[in-house]
Amino acid sequence: MNSSLETAANPENLRRVVIEPVTRVEGHGKVTLLLDEDNHVQQARFHIVEFRGFEKFVQGRPYWEVPVMVQRLCGICPVSHHLAGGKAVDMLAGATELTPTADKMRRLLHFGQVLQSHALHFFHLASPDLLFGFDAAVDKRNVFAVIEAFPEIAKKGVLLRKYGQEVIRVTAGKRVHGTLVVPGGVNKHLVPEERDYLLQDVDRTIAWSQEAVELARRVYSEGGERHREFGSFRSPILSLVREDGAMDLYHGRLRARDENGAMLFDQADYAQYWDYVHEVVKPWSYMKFPFLRALGAERGWYRVGPLARVANCDVIATPLAESQRQTFLAFDGGSTRSSTLATHWARMIEMLYAAEGIRELLSDPDLLGGELVVKGERQYRGVGVIEAPRGTLIHHYRINDDDLIVRCNLIVSTTHNNQAMNESVRQVARQHLDGREITEPLLNYIEVAIRAFDPCLSCATHALGKMPLEVELLDAGGARLDRMVRNADGGVRHS
Amino acid sequence: MLTWGNPSRGDDALGPELVRRLEALSAQKAGAWRDHEFLTDFQLQPEHATDLAERDLVLFADAAAEGRAPFSFSRVRPARDHSFTSHAMSPSAVLAVYRQVFEREPPEAYLLAIRGESFELGEPMSARAERHLDAALALTARLLDAPDAADELHGHH
Repeated sequence: MNSSLETAANPENLRRVVIEPVTRVEGHGKVTLLLDEDNHVQQARFHIVEFRGFEKFVQGRPYWEVPVMVQRLCGICPVSHHLAGGKAVDMLAGATELTPTADKMRRLLHFGQVLQSHALHFFHLASPDLLFGFDAAVDKRNVFAVIEAFPEIAKKGVLLRKYGQEVIRVTAGKRVHGTLVVPGGVNKHLVPEERDYLLQDVDRTIAWSQEAVELARRVYSEGGERHREFGSFRSPILSLVREDGAMDLYHGRLRARDENGAMLFDQADYAQYWDYVHEVVKPWSYMKFPFLRALGAERGWYRVGPLARVANCDVIATPLAESQRQTFLAFDGGSTRSSTLATHWARMIEMLYAAEGIRELLSDPDLLGGELVVKGERQYRGVGVIEAPRGTLIHHYRINDDDLIVRCNLIVSTTHNNQAMNESVRQVARQHLDGREITEPLLNYIEVAIRAFDPCLSCATHALGKMPLEVELLDAGGARLDRMVRNADGGVRHS
Repeated sequence: MLTWGNPSRGDDALGPELVRRLEALSAQKAGAWRDHEFLTDFQLQPEHATDLAERDLVLFADAAAEGRAPFSFSRVRPARDHSFTSHAMSPSAVLAVYRQVFEREPPEAYLLAIRGESFELGEPMSARAERHLDAALALTARLLDAPDAADELHGHH
């Protein structure tokens, strides 16, 4: 590990290279490299301008508004916040066990979200890196180049994502701002016509997801040692698992393993997550750095998301995804467990699991009727945790006697992965940037490593003209040496 | 008509709010407007290309952080710009995805970019954006009355 690169001994004498924001990730991020006069990397940090205004936004609002309000927290994964916030509200409402219909409707919604999110990431954001290589010319690094070179792959990517969106639309009632989750349950079940509509394309979706896993496996394995080592590191992992140890993206208990795969804790109650996870603040980043208490702040940072989940669970409950999981873990002596780029392969295994899970649920009669809501004794504290597409997502609320929210704490997937992404950046900086002139393709290496985590840095503000790419070169004294801006329309200018 | 934006982020609500008001107007018109559909989303994405299939005419509408007030109205053509670098695509890029995925030309499309100025979470729409929205609503209603006027109107705003 390269924690030694987190803080340089004498940063005042170093040249600073800033990439802002990182492209093809959600929202805005900034990588800062401090170089000495010989272009050796002396310090590497990945800054995330995390959005922390939400806690204030919800204070003073009635708790039952949470499932709807939180969808507007992030335009990228509104369904994830809808579900995690909804689970926290279940607890506030005293609903300890949902009806089968409510549980399965929510799971169907979640599978739709995972499917569409993973499809977008793999086919449209990561595929140029994987199919053309990290050294590809700039004009190759986009989805249009993928469409031209691999038209069938790109088309399937669009239609897979569309299918996931349709699952969301049918389940939540609307394309966006749907309101499936209510305190203690859901507000609808499917009608046979809706189920039949989703069944029409589900077999095709599974077949294409299977192909996507094969493609991810092939591309990863063809990269050999380079892919295995790129931005890679051993670290603890954290995820929810089912009571029997199986993968579960919607509900379960917390399990963590250390960097060697040994169990740190298992079946931990997420409603007491603070007994297991703490957060620490670092002066150079707005984003908190969570760590596992069992290992302490220095050693306890960990990885969440597809790679962590596939490595952490004992089994995947659907047959095709389970077969792929076994292939994944057996590959190259199990080195995939700590390989950052293998995250793409793990992500596609999860997409296949989601597709199979959708088909399984669609044949379940509980989706077509039954009780929707349960009630219980109101509580003052509610915690909801799910495995969102990018990793573990924690919503935590406290309310007063008037049912108004007085405190809110969120730990989003990208925050869990904060230190892990920093480690990847340092690895790449050390492996590929040290001692060389900084070039645009080399800077892309750093972005490739960050993209593997699919970080969501979204501020969800995406009006036209709001998403520039800025590259700034500063000297040790802070004076700007060079600046390059890429506008949302693709135009590039120096200033 | 396809709009996008986050209703809880100040002027980012311009697109969804335009659709909300148009839906109300459409109900009053009692079917006088030609077949139309209003779609809204948080962000423009590749799969929105599939929403353009079998449409005669497409109007994209979004809040714009830059550009003319109260709005600019322009023809959009497929273009392989660099908006793929974020999870949010441009209308031109979505048209380009359409052309390459479906192997045919996309429908005629226009962009209504309504000028906003404040995009903070939890903020209401600004007074200026409200005025811009009124102007955009008038134009859109006129287009729904006479869709063929789109070609004449673009570039005049």
